[in-house]
Amino acid sequence: MEQSEKETPRIGVFICHCGINIGGVVNVPEVVKYAKTLPDVVYAEDNLYTCSSDGLNKIKEGIDKYNLNRVIVASCTPRTHEPLFRATCEEAGINKYLFEMANIREHCSWAHMHEHERATEKAKDLVRMAVAKARLLQPQTEPEIDVTPSALVIGGGISGMTATLCLADQGFKVSLVEKEPELGGMLRNLHKLYPTMQDASESLGHFIKALKSNKSIAVFTSTVVKEVKGFIGNFKVTLQKGNAETENLDIGTIVVATGATTFEPIGMYGYGDHENVITQLQLERLLKEGKLKKPEKVVMIQCVGSREEKGRTYCSRVCCMTALKNAMFIRELYPETEVYLLYRDLQTYGQRYEHHHREAQEKGIRFIKYAQEKPPEVVASKNGKLEVKIYHALLGEQIKIESDLVVLSTPLIQQEDAKELSKMLKVPLGSDGFFFEAHVKLRPIEFATDGIYVCGTAHSPKDTAESVSQAFGVASRAAIPMALKRLRTEAITSIVNEDLCSGCRICEAVCEYGAIEMQEKEGKLTSKVLEALCKGCGTCGASCPTGAITMRHFTDNQLVAQVRAAPQVAKEAAKND
Amino acid sequence: MTEEFEPKIVGFLCNWCSYAGADLAGVSRIQYPPNLRIIRVMCSGRIDPAFILEAFRSGADGVLISGCHPGDCHYIAGNYKAQRRGILLKKLLEQFGVEPQRLRIEFVSASEGAKFAALVKEMVEDIKKLGPSPLKAQVEGLIRA
Repeated sequence: MEQSEKETPRIGVFICHCGINIGGVVNVPEVVKYAKTLPDVVYAEDNLYTCSSDGLNKIKEGIDKYNLNRVIVASCTPRTHEPLFRATCEEAGINKYLFEMANIREHCSWAHMHEHERATEKAKDLVRMAVAKARLLQPQTEPEIDVTPSALVIGGGISGMTATLCLADQGFKVSLVEKEPELGGMLRNLHKLYPTMQDASESLGHFIKALKSNKSIAVFTSTVVKEVKGFIGNFKVTLQKGNAETENLDIGTIVVATGATTFEPIGMYGYGDHENVITQLQLERLLKEGKLKKPEKVVMIQCVGSREEKGRTYCSRVCCMTALKNAMFIRELYPETEVYLLYRDLQTYGQRYEHHHREAQEKGIRFIKYAQEKPPEVVASKNGKLEVKIYHALLGEQIKIESDLVVLSTPLIQQEDAKELSKMLKVPLGSDGFFFEAHVKLRPIEFATDGIYVCGTAHSPKDTAESVSQAFGVASRAAIPMALKRLRTEAITSIVNEDLCSGCRICEAVCEYGAIEMQEKEGKLTSKVLEALCKGCGTCGASCPTGAITMRHFTDNQLVAQVRAAPQVAKEAAKND
Repeated sequence: MTEEFEPKIVGFLCNWCSYAGADLAGVSRIQYPPNLRIIRVMCSGRIDPAFILEAFRSGADGVLISGCHPGDCHYIAGNYKAQRRGILLKKLLEQFGVEPQRLRIEFVSASEGAKFAALVKEMVEDIKKLGPSPLKAQVEGLIRA
């Protein structure tokens, strides 16, 4: 603590080329040159990749050689790389709160790719702002918290069940919550699972048996999560069964595995008007229950309500393989039945699926490609049959198929109650409605909120095999804090200067967490921060009329210094300082 | 020929939604004009009106405040407080002779990279039409005098 409070700041600035990601747009050497002119900057250099082991060593060497007590890395977003650089600083003996980042990639080079000069000026400005803040940074200590060794898995489909079993296998208590009366989720509706074509109900049986015989697992069916309070390691969860019964749980980590539902294509291709226009999911159920009566001609239409221009723009990933699988089952069941598959693009991706496409061709399924702007039409024909009109691009003319069953491949979509859960857990949904991960490549199965993870179709459309592997991944991620038993939390909380506090109680009123209470000291009423409850939002600081409350690591002084540094032009600033 | 006026905009973005939205704009390589300088705060509720006034006093032509959508605040309701303070401050700015359009209070989620880029583009265009902040001229006058 004392070291940097007394010493004058000695700032080192490390500017990353990120290969050509930054260096291809921003003139990095010029930014280095500029950084050296800024107050209290004693060293600056550029790195090809500051986050590489070579780059990290350069930071450590710099700290050692130039006796740095503040470090700035100008590179990508702190949301992904700050922990890495902070750890490097700590290894070199600098408190990690004396580190600051300037985001010159996501907020600069990637957003201004064709404006090299102005992007370079902006990068200089961002570095100058980071220096302004770094000069005022103070070391902080992080309080330690205990982690409850018990996980909550929300959703009892294949993903949730897999994650539950895997977490229990690692020795943790798991509470599995399913809103339906039975476990199984989407799998309960499915017939066979590609690519192995095993029975869905058979796989399900194994899972349910394993879950019920495991003593570390508590299964709650017909139950929903009613309230979630607290934070990583110390969540307080309230479950509700039916209308009355509630259950309170202490939880360390939470897995969201709430799955998806399928789009109901009301009004599309005669769905809802003709009873022989059904969805793939309905076909699955007919096949599963052995209730499919022999059709003469079946027409399957792909991309119904998915890959749209607006709205559901995404590919639902499972429909092509599902259609191929079901088309082949129909041909096996009724070899005389003709099956037509109308598609926009057939996406049998990956090393396991393409041969199913070939197999389907060999089995006599007829593929007709249609263009998005010329979709097929389904109209009623005689004897309760349907006429499917489709423009055949190769023949260059419209053809008609007299069909007695039309099957629509509709996408997986988010559940309706996902919004409620998203608000309860304070985790985001993407524009497509699915749960949105912290980072698509670096943190693909966790939320930005610590201690909450996501897997399966709640995250994006995926098939059983993909859901299972994601669930295994989630189980291992969610186990880490519980295995560590203790965690260090962020030191960013608010702090009251009692001399300035007038005891007006505004901060007490605006705090959503009840983290401020009033105390009487020597006849004067002042506010006091309960650090265990404070989440560090800073609303109290912004509303304090006397400037008595500020936030650690986001102090008024630091933010004002950044603000003042922002509008200057790089050239002027160099002159003035 | 005079150089075209390029406004300087200071943005206060919350860590959880809007800062991540700005990250996504970059990751998606959506291009927008380089006039904005972003300051990261944990929550838009942290933004003291004094910071905004400080930005204008320091020569900003515009200030952007952006937080999570209503109901989505990581800290329950910091965004509502930021909005309330912002609306009040706009009235105050007007009395100082600063056009209230120079201060924008917006909601951008972590998944709205495109919205963020469009917002910055629009704001830069709007402020270009307004010209440099009148406060800047006043402050510069004071310094000279």
